[in-house]
Amino acid sequence: MALSVDSALYRWQRRGAESPSQTLSELTPLLPSVRDKVKLNLNKWRIVLPDNGRQWKDQKQVSTFYSGNKIKTTKYSWFTFLPQNLFEQFHRLGNVYFFFLAVLNWFPQVEVFHREITMLPLIVVLLVSMVKDAVEDYRKHRFDKTINFSKTRVYDKEEHAYVEKCWKDVRVGDFVQLQCNETIPADILLLYSSDQNGVCHLETANLDGETNLKQRQVVTGFSRQNTFFEPEFFQNTIICELPNNDLNKFKGYMEQPNNERIGFNIESLLLRGCTIRNTEVAVGIVIYAGHETKAMLNNSGPRYKRSKIERQMNMDIFLCVGLLFVMCLIGAVGHGIWTGNFSEHPPYDVPDKNGNFPSLVLAGFYMFLTMIILLQVLIPISLYVSIELVKLGQVFLIHNDIDLYDEEADLPIQCRALNIAEDLGQIQYIFSDKTGTLTENKMVFRRCTVDGIEFSHQENARRLETHRELDLDDEDFAKLQHFSLPPLNVERPGTYKQRTLRPLRRSQSARAHFQGHTRNRSLGRRDSNQSQVAFSTTLEKDVAPDSRLLRRVREAALHTENLSPFVHMKTSTALTDFFLALAICNTVLVSTATEPRQRVTVPPPIKPSGITLEKIHQMFQRLKLASLSQSFSSSQSSSDLGASFTAKNTEEHLAALDCCDNDNDCCDSGRGHELQGKGSTDIGSASLDEVFKSVTNSSLPTEFCYEAESPDEAALVYAAQAYSFTLVSRTPEQVTVRLPQGTLLTFDILYTLAFDSVRKRMSVVVRHPLTEEIVVYTKGADSVIMDLLEDSDKADISAEKRMKRIKEKTQKHLDYYARDGLRTLCIAKKVLNEDDFQKWANFRREAEAAIENRDELLMETAQHLETKLTLLGATGIEDRLQDGVPDTIEALREAGIQIWVLTGDKQETAVNIAYSCKLLKQRDTVFTINTENKETCESLLNLTLEEVRKNCEVEKPRRKFFGIIPTSFSTSEAPSPEFGLVVDGRTLNIIFQGGLEEKFLALTKHCRSVLCCRSTPLQKSMVVKLVRRQLKVMTLSIGDGANDVSMIQAADVGIGISGQEGMQAVMASDFAISRFKHLKKLLLVHGHWCYARLAKMVIYFFYKNVSYVNLLFWYQFFCGFSGSTMIDYWQMIFFNLFFTSIPPLLFGVLDKDVSAETLLGLPELYKIGQNSEIYKLSTFIITMLDAFYQSLICFFVPYLTYENSDIDVFSFGNPINTVSLLTILLHQALEMKTWTLFHVVAMIGSVVFYLVFSLIYNATCVLCNPPTNPYWIMEKQLSEPTFYLLCLITPVIALLPRFFIFALRGTVGASLILKAQQLDKRPKRQQDLEIQKLRSRKTTSGTPVASPTSNDDFDQNFSHLCVSPFLHPAAAAVSHGDTESQRLSTSEVNPLRKRTPEEGYFFFNRWAEEEPTTTDSSEGPVATPGQGGGKLSRDNANNFNHGSHRRSVSAVTL
Amino acid sequence: ENKMSFLPQKEGQHPSRCPDNSAFKQQKLPAWKPQLTIATVLSTFFLTGAFCLSVGICLILSANRVREVQIDYSDKCSDCSKLRENSSNWNKECHCSVNFTLKEDILGDVFMYYGLQNFYQNHRRYVISRSDAQLLGRNVNIEKSYCAPFTTYQNGTPMAPCGAIANSMFNDTIDLFYNLKSSVIQVPLLKTGNSWWTDKNVKFHNPKAYNLSSAFAGTARPPYWWKPVYLLDEEDERNNGYLNDDFIIWMRVSAFATFRNLYRRVHRIRQFAAGLPAGNYTFHISYNFPVTKFKGRKHVILSTVVWCGGSNPFLGIAYVVSGAAATLTGFVITAIHLKLRKKKTYFQK
Repeated sequence: MALSVDSALYRWQRRGAESPSQTLSELTPLLPSVRDKVKLNLNKWRIVLPDNGRQWKDQKQVSTFYSGNKIKTTKYSWFTFLPQNLFEQFHRLGNVYFFFLAVLNWFPQVEVFHREITMLPLIVVLLVSMVKDAVEDYRKHRFDKTINFSKTRVYDKEEHAYVEKCWKDVRVGDFVQLQCNETIPADILLLYSSDQNGVCHLETANLDGETNLKQRQVVTGFSRQNTFFEPEFFQNTIICELPNNDLNKFKGYMEQPNNERIGFNIESLLLRGCTIRNTEVAVGIVIYAGHETKAMLNNSGPRYKRSKIERQMNMDIFLCVGLLFVMCLIGAVGHGIWTGNFSEHPPYDVPDKNGNFPSLVLAGFYMFLTMIILLQVLIPISLYVSIELVKLGQVFLIHNDIDLYDEEADLPIQCRALNIAEDLGQIQYIFSDKTGTLTENKMVFRRCTVDGIEFSHQENARRLETHRELDLDDEDFAKLQHFSLPPLNVERPGTYKQRTLRPLRRSQSARAHFQGHTRNRSLGRRDSNQSQVAFSTTLEKDVAPDSRLLRRVREAALHTENLSPFVHMKTSTALTDFFLALAICNTVLVSTATEPRQRVTVPPPIKPSGITLEKIHQMFQRLKLASLSQSFSSSQSSSDLGASFTAKNTEEHLAALDCCDNDNDCCDSGRGHELQGKGSTDIGSASLDEVFKSVTNSSLPTEFCYEAESPDEAALVYAAQAYSFTLVSRTPEQVTVRLPQGTLLTFDILYTLAFDSVRKRMSVVVRHPLTEEIVVYTKGADSVIMDLLEDSDKADISAEKRMKRIKEKTQKHLDYYARDGLRTLCIAKKVLNEDDFQKWANFRREAEAAIENRDELLMETAQHLETKLTLLGATGIEDRLQDGVPDTIEALREAGIQIWVLTGDKQETAVNIAYSCKLLKQRDTVFTINTENKETCESLLNLTLEEVRKNCEVEKPRRKFFGIIPTSFSTSEAPSPEFGLVVDGRTLNIIFQGGLEEKFLALTKHCRSVLCCRSTPLQKSMVVKLVRRQLKVMTLSIGDGANDVSMIQAADVGIGISGQEGMQAVMASDFAISRFKHLKKLLLVHGHWCYARLAKMVIYFFYKNVSYVNLLFWYQFFCGFSGSTMIDYWQMIFFNLFFTSIPPLLFGVLDKDVSAETLLGLPELYKIGQNSEIYKLSTFIITMLDAFYQSLICFFVPYLTYENSDIDVFSFGNPINTVSLLTILLHQALEMKTWTLFHVVAMIGSVVFYLVFSLIYNATCVLCNPPTNPYWIMEKQLSEPTFYLLCLITPVIALLPRFFIFALRGTVGASLILKAQQLDKRPKRQQDLEIQKLRSRKTTSGTPVASPTSNDDFDQNFSHLCVSPFLHPAAAAVSHGDTESQRLSTSEVNPLRKRTPEEGYFFFNRWAEEEPTTTDSSEGPVATPGQGGGKLSRDNANNFNHGSHRRSVSAVTL
Repeated sequence: ENKMSFLPQKEGQHPSRCPDNSAFKQQKLPAWKPQLTIATVLSTFFLTGAFCLSVGICLILSANRVREVQIDYSDKCSDCSKLRENSSNWNKECHCSVNFTLKEDILGDVFMYYGLQNFYQNHRRYVISRSDAQLLGRNVNIEKSYCAPFTTYQNGTPMAPCGAIANSMFNDTIDLFYNLKSSVIQVPLLKTGNSWWTDKNVKFHNPKAYNLSSAFAGTARPPYWWKPVYLLDEEDERNNGYLNDDFIIWMRVSAFATFRNLYRRVHRIRQFAAGLPAGNYTFHISYNFPVTKFKGRKHVILSTVVWCGGSNPFLGIAYVVSGAAATLTGFVITAIHLKLRKKKTYFQK
């Protein structure tokens, strides 16, 4: 019911489909079952009657007022198309203008052209737009149709069974039966679930982007569980809220026949678009359908987008209107004066039909109107049509770009918006979703530390890399070879007879392996051609265990088996406990591979024999992997932390901290060890394998599937499984784990303290089946767990020392993990004695029973329990970044784009990801603002702002100084890159409510990147809108889930990532890509091209029209301002329509000012579009002046040539027309940077076509176009030399100034774009070198934003992680300390900074002359010390070299 | 995994949606990328300059060979012009003579033009005031044409030809006399062959009839005319009616308010075989066309032509000037180039 919903959100106006329900007075009496109780108002409540025949009459009548489930997102229908489309088209000013002109031409006093002819352009414009709209609408219609005709099972009251129906036929009150993995067709109240507990699992990814499963509860109290739900006997009436767009709120009640009411809330509502998971069958009653569902109401529909160029163009069109007005005024006044000169009407002043002359004023007025018609082309209406055509062409080319095609998904880029392609070239802010956009949304166990020993899981890392690097470009490969480890023999000779055919991805080839080291180098590569499905399943599940750790685990297992299970050795306990905790401490649901989504609640019987082929295969795989890993890290013998790090983890920050000065050496030595130790350990591991094999053989289970609320839980369980701690089953009461020895342990779960964001941890309390001990396993954020550890006062000193050391080491490892972008979790345990537990349990029960402040009590008890923990270890989980994300982000950043991440995710996760995708750098100062108090927020903002500004002032003089140096780089004023800002949703709320937006924005302007965590979809869109409106910048939003829809729609350009999470984001987006990395080419190449092409084309059109129409204007000075034309009207129309239209269109579609490779290599070039350098007011004005000049030349050269001769009107017009055609085309030729065959053909074709047309037209048309008669003029003129002479000289004079400027710029200018163009001509190899040079020059010249990697690598040693989560002013002071130290650290590097301008200058000077002197590292900056640099700068150069050197090493070993 | 199930999946293998890897679609067509390097730029400028200069000099030299005599007779025939100011005297004849001396021979074809100043033949409403169909000899309803108000008389008689252009036709007659030692020789002038061939043969036709007067029966002359259209040249049948050269030329409306129309050509016979010899000449003008109303002036012009047109030297000057400008620009760029090269900040290889 449309009236009840906020109409602003209700964009889907279905005309006439339903009558509004103002008639509620009629309705109320229709509800006999409820009317007695409450005067129910349909205006305030929705009443749903079940469609099971019991109340069919009321049901029928009520439901007619509810929307059906059919959706219609189209604008038009068959019948309304024509009128409605016309109506909308006449909203465009241009069309109204055209219409006005057409009407005007019907008045004989002002008639210039034929009446019918004037209508022609209008009709063409309308027709073209109409076709375009129709096609677009039809596409939507088709999509709607596929959705509307999806099938679902609805209860049919006649057949008393569920029958299959289309989605569109589902009505409010219908009972819908849903099966596992089905998509929910409407908003449905859950009445039955096959689950014993009445729970239905839901994946809401389509709606809010969260992939974890949500639980929905059957309406409590009404259902008698364990009996299958029979819709027939459902007699209740449902009363609930009216449709609204709040995804998290819903309330209502059910009225039973006995007037008893049962309340329900959002917990029982299944939302349209979500997917049923893990539940066999669910039945519900439809509450909201179609456009009234929450999902649809949240989808505010496409916004009509107008690109920035078009907006700017409209401005200029208004300028043109002004110009037109002035010119017409000149015409009118001139005509008045001219007429006033005569005392008597001369014979050539022809009276009107009746022989009367209009008065002077009237004549002037008529002339004004006449001039409007005459000079109408000044308003380039043809531009609109041309732009649409060009955009179609551009979109076609973008669509066909093979680089934007995703093989895995078989999806090219989808361009859904046809009219904003050029906006891609002007983006200043990117707002990105995190999960699924930056990351793959796949949690993968990466590494762990147990008992203070780090297990780097290199094999695992390598495995993860393998698939990525499969088809690395040869070029990259060549670069790598230099540094990479010698290929290792990974394929051991077949020890096992059972060789399976399935390729093992982990051990693909030697090449794949050492490519695996370079995980950050994912430059524009194609995706591997492995299929997505196979990859995604194995990637997360199969964790390649760390060989060292595996061995220990096995040893421990053997020990525990050989000795008694009750005797625990120190280390083995920690290990066992650690993995037990991983397996137990969660809320994972277990199902088996054979029956996915079927929960395993009973431990499967152990079959000692009867191993299936599959199992053998699995085992084989695992063992093979183990042996593989052996060969890599067998030399790892001691638990010495330092050694392990230096030898194995040559990641540079680790190396730096472990005081390893020369990484290369470390690497070498480590490698040496490795190779030495290889032979011996192989034997050892093989024997171990044997043992292990015998153990596992006995009890190899079917494969388990784990489903967790958060994906990282599952990752941990898979990790535990990799070490043979397999979670076998889980019920609320019991959990069964199989140990490496093969024994099954079943723990009684005493309590589960679920995760909450305040405690940031979760715990399970279990009873150990063997020891009967009560153990608390806790896992949580390191920040909290570390504080809860046991103060080992009672223990002896050595133990205390040991604990401390472990704690310190673990903390260190955790820091590394965090820096590496891993999600860290600490695992701890605690053993309770029975009394303590009972005491606590009592507490807990009390708390659970409490009515008042129950939550606080529960919290308190939880906190009470989770103390004095013993640290077991920590894990690092990777939310895997998508391919090429850091690279893309860096390129975009270099292009001057600010990137914000808006995510609903946890703060820690978001920050981690930000680090790992290089959104934040380790040495950035990160401000975190989390508060719910307005005052605090304000003061925090102020403080931070002050801090930031202080820092900026230090830099400002430098910039000013730099500004003097005439380079093109000084133009961009980007904020200091030193800061990052993290805010959460609550803080955002405060900022929005408290009017702190401006301060917030002021702060963010200084920040390198901004992270908004825990933000709702609404907040996301509010942030986007805020930035867009207040800063007046071009914004782009990119996201993949339905939670990003509003954000995508709020931005100037919305980009959806298709594939992962349903279609909602894609549907709302303007462009849909399948990977984040595609953004790079889309923006940097296509964006740039589209912008440059369109901007130049628009300017050219203005120029063309003005220069052409001015010819007519100049003529007015010689014909008494009478509105005469010297050019035949057809030739005039054709001039714009055919003779000069193809080249600019072709130019708009195909011109390439710079090649794609160069654009990708020099992201800086993107700034041209960002700063609107091609099309801005100044260029517009210059072009206008040029147009005036050229038209003057084109008119007056022929005029002066033919002055005083017997030339007639059209004979005079013909050379003018020809000359201006040549001028206009040659002007275009000057602008063209690329000449393909198309261009040449179009150019020459235009001239030839003009000549041929003119010749034919002038030869045949004696009477076609009375009263003007251009008969034989072209032919006559072609026989006269004067004509040719004119055609030669006029374009030369007209284009001389422009060509002069071009020549000057081309030969002596130094703008980046020109250099890039010159680059394109060089051979490939040289091109790369030059690009490197340009980039390094830029680096040293200290462009604030584009400080590529090297800058922060060479002073890595000073890096500080300054996450300062200040929650109150006092804490803020602490953070000041942090920044203080930060500044200290930067000041140390400052000498270099101060040098940079000069260096920049020298580079500027020397760049062209010199071939690169340093070619050793293609990555690092080429440091050429300048003359004035002196010793200091040479030092810096060394520093640079060192940095780059190290960097390349790190690139290899990562 | 059935994550995509919101969009119900279609069964069956569809062809890959991978875009073609064609040069056009991947925007990798072979292309020529012109670069404004110093070499191309300088050669362009210098070549253009040289070309324009040479052409310009040729043009100026040729234009200088044109001989032209222009005589303004609006003042010299002031009596007549005063007479014509009053339109009631329209039927009174008025003649005047204008003497002039040729100091040297005018050799070659000599063309005689009449020139009008301040006569805006290019006025919008004037330009359209004609009926091409009528002039083609077709029997058309000129009421529908743009001839209004010069279409019909009050009594309904259509005008032939209709429209303001025809109505305002130039109707002075000019004769040229050569005063050779007190004897006066009329210079033989050709009155046909002055108009475009296509005009005479394609665009203009007399209505088909037994003879001209019957062809124009039922029509009347335009109000300003003295005689009907079929009496424009009584001597030459093929130069009469709509086919009259003077009429055809007049109907080709001029581009500017000051213009000349070809009136006669000197017939190169007898002593005028080489052109007009030097000496004294007299124009005998029958002054009919009033110009004082609009402050117009009338000229008579004798001129020769060369390959590149008339006496107007502009084109030559334009070539010379732009040639000079191009050359100069070339030098400027060279200078800048050299200066920058010295400074070593110049990037070009």
